[in-house]
Amino acid sequence: MTGVDASWPLYEVFVRGKRGLNHVHVGSLRAADPRMALENARDLYTRRNEGVSIWVVRSADISASAPDEKDPFFAPSGDKVYRHPTFYDIPADVPHI
Amino acid sequence: MPSPDPGDDLAEARLQAHFDDTIARDRRIEPRDWMPEGYRRTLVRQIAQHAHSEIIGMQPEGDWITKAPSLRRKAILLAKVQDEAGHGLYLYSAAETLGADRADLTRQLADGRQKYSSIFNYPSETFADVGVIGWFVDGAAICNQVPLCRTSYGPYARAMVRVCKEESFHQRQGYELLLTMMRGTDAQRAMVQDAVDRWWWPSLMMFGPPDDDSPNSARSMAWKIKRHSNDELRQRFVDMTVPQADRLGVRLPDPELRWNAERGHHDFGTPDFAELTRVIQGDGPCNAERVRRRRAAHEEGAWVREAARAHAAKSAARRDGHAHHGATEGAAA
Ligand SMILES: [Fe+2]
Ligand SMILES: [Fe+2]
Repeated sequence: MTGVDASWPLYEVFVRGKRGLNHVHVGSLRAADPRMALENARDLYTRRNEGVSIWVVRSADISASAPDEKDPFFAPSGDKVYRHPTFYDIPADVPHI
Repeated sequence: MPSPDPGDDLAEARLQAHFDDTIARDRRIEPRDWMPEGYRRTLVRQIAQHAHSEIIGMQPEGDWITKAPSLRRKAILLAKVQDEAGHGLYLYSAAETLGADRADLTRQLADGRQKYSSIFNYPSETFADVGVIGWFVDGAAICNQVPLCRTSYGPYARAMVRVCKEESFHQRQGYELLLTMMRGTDAQRAMVQDAVDRWWWPSLMMFGPPDDDSPNSARSMAWKIKRHSNDELRQRFVDMTVPQADRLGVRLPDPELRWNAERGHHDFGTPDFAELTRVIQGDGPCNAERVRRRRAAHEEGAWVREAARAHAAKSAARRDGHAHHGATEGAAA
C-alpha cells in the first residue's frame, strides 16, 4: 500500500462553541491544505452544531511550554500571592469591595 | 543493557514516581508527559484497535444504506455510519499524540497485523440486523466506553467523551427500528427474533475473555487505562438489556438467563470463548472480506490523496509567488 497519507500534514483544530466563548482545542486531523483541513474539521468536529467558528493550525507550527506543571517555567507566578484579591485584608464593614 | 550513567537511573526513578503519583491522584497523563514505555505501547495498541473497530464497524451497517426501506431510515443510517467514521478519526487523532503514525496504523490494519473488535466479523443478513446492531453492539460499546471517559490518558478520555455523546443516538435508532418492526407482520417479528438469536452471543463476546483468562487486564487496571473488568462490564450489559428485550417482546437465546435476587443481577450462560478466539485469530465468517474491503477502499483512494497533495503544492507555490505584493494569510478571527 502507498503511504500517501504520511505526506498530508497534521492540523490541530480549535472550535468556538458559540458567540462569547473562546476557541477550544478539540483534536487533530490530516489534510492536504488549510482549506481541506477546515472542511474536514467541520465534518468531523461539528456534525451537531458544536461550533460557530473553526481555526486550524499546522501542528508543526505550535510552540509549547514544557509538559510538567511543576516546571520552573511557571515559577514566576507561583510566589506572587499579592496578585490575588484574597491577599488583602479589608475590614468587614467596608461595603462593595 | 547496563546503564551508562547512574544519574540516568535516578532521573528515570524520579519521572516514574511523578507518573505514579499523577495516576494515584486520578489526574490525567497528557501527551508530552514522561510515561513508561509499556504504558505508551499498551495505549497505542488499544486506541488503534478501538479506531480500527470503528472504521471496520462501518461495513456491516453500510451494506444496508442503499437497501434501507425508507428515506428516513436511509438518512438515519447514513448519519450513524458517518458518526462511526468520526469515532475512528477521533481515535486515530488520540493515537497520534502518542507518536503513532496514522498511515502506519492503517497499513497495519490492512496487513492484518492489528486487530479490531471480533463483532464486526459477523454478517448483517437482514434489515433487522441494523436494528439489533444499534441495540446490542452500540449498547455494548456504551458499556465499554462510558468508563473510558475517565481513562488515565487525557486525549483518549476526551475522545471517549465525544464518542459517548453520539452513541446514545446509535442505540436508540436501533431500538426504535426494532419496535417498529415488532408492530408489523409476523414475518417482520420473526426477522427481529432471528437477528437477536444470531447477535446475542457475539455481543457478549465483545467484552473480551473472562477475567481469569485476561492476562493484561491487571496491568491496564493499575494504570487506570481500564476501569472495570471484562466480566463486570458484561454483567452490566446483560442487566441493562434484559428489560429492554422484555419490552420489545423478544426472547434472548439463553436458557440459563434468570434474575438472581440474592446477587441483584441476572445469571446467564457462558459465551463460547473458543469461538471468540477463533474469530479474533481471523477465522470468523467475514474477516477476510472486511479487511479486503478496507484495503481496497484505501488503495482506490490513493489517486485522490495524491491529487489533493499536488493541488496543495500548486496553491502554496502560487501563494508564495504573490507574497511580494504584500498579501498574507488572513489573521484568525
Ligand atoms: Fe462508534
Ligand atoms: Fe456507534
